[in-house]
Amino acid sequence: MAGWLKLAAQVLALALVAGLFTLLVWKLATQDEGAAPKLGRGETPPAPAFRLDRLDQPGKLSLASYRGRPVIINFWASWCIPCKEEAPLLESVWKQYRNRGLVVLGVDINDVRSEARRFARKNGMSYPLAYDGPGETTTDYGLTGVPETFFVARNGRLVCDRLQAGVHLEANKDRFEECIQEVLAA
Amino acid sequence: MRLLLAIAITLALASPAAAACPTVADLEDELICPTCKTTLDQSDAPVARQIKAIVARRVEDCASKQQIKDELVADFGPSVLAAPPREGFHWLAWVLPPIGLLVAAGVISVLVWRWSRRSTAEVAADSNGPVPLDPDVERRLDRELARYDD
Repeated sequence: MAGWLKLAAQVLALALVAGLFTLLVWKLATQDEGAAPKLGRGETPPAPAFRLDRLDQPGKLSLASYRGRPVIINFWASWCIPCKEEAPLLESVWKQYRNRGLVVLGVDINDVRSEARRFARKNGMSYPLAYDGPGETTTDYGLTGVPETFFVARNGRLVCDRLQAGVHLEANKDRFEECIQEVLAA
Repeated sequence: MRLLLAIAITLALASPAAAACPTVADLEDELICPTCKTTLDQSDAPVARQIKAIVARRVEDCASKQQIKDELVADFGPSVLAAPPREGFHWLAWVLPPIGLLVAAGVISVLVWRWSRRSTAEVAADSNGPVPLDPDVERRLDRELARYDD
């Protein structure tokens, strides 16, 4: 009887270890790397959906509501200095192209809501702003920091490039303009 | 005497309020920096500095620890807390470690008890007298011992 009990305990322990190992393998195999690396490999993955609180007015903002329109998604935070520097350029792009259907959409991540509102007011950001304090979108998009900018075509797919650091920087300025034209044409 | 009484009353009235006001240090090791995932006291990331400033402001207002934490959770979610809240699914994080410890202690106790019982049984078996040797081995042993006697 004791022998059977011992065997059962050993089988149970082995099953537990095997179960945990399977769980680890499954987690590693199905872990999503986010959209950015796919975009970097030349793919055009669907832009990860989100539905977030609006920062600039009450209510929710979902990416799906802009389906059929080209969208520039800019991830930012009030504590990020380059975000402040690039804000005027994003604002001017929004004003210049919105009559052609282009939407500039700011997503504030890992930030204090009140500080983000103050930042947006101070920097004259009139384009739609969403608030993602816990940073839930960062994994889906594969962000490595802020600011980062993505381009969503009318069909809801990410196109062109993911621009890391400020879009106003010399290193990004030309590519930013190219991507705007590409997303408008797509 | 009257002065001493006045001081004692003032201190008695003031102390509960003072105790209710937390310090920044009280909270810094109970909150996590959202970008670097370490406690605030170990982080100098921009967002950590921002949160520290907010905590300092709220401490000045004499907001309670729980109030300050609730406000930060409203913005950053429960991951901003170094320890999970005692509610819902998060209870598991509080309950499972002590249960694991109890189970481990139970298993170890049973094993120790069994081992000690086995040792006692072996000692008891030994006290029943020596086990008789195989005749061949006994003869060989006698021969070997006889060589030393010579």
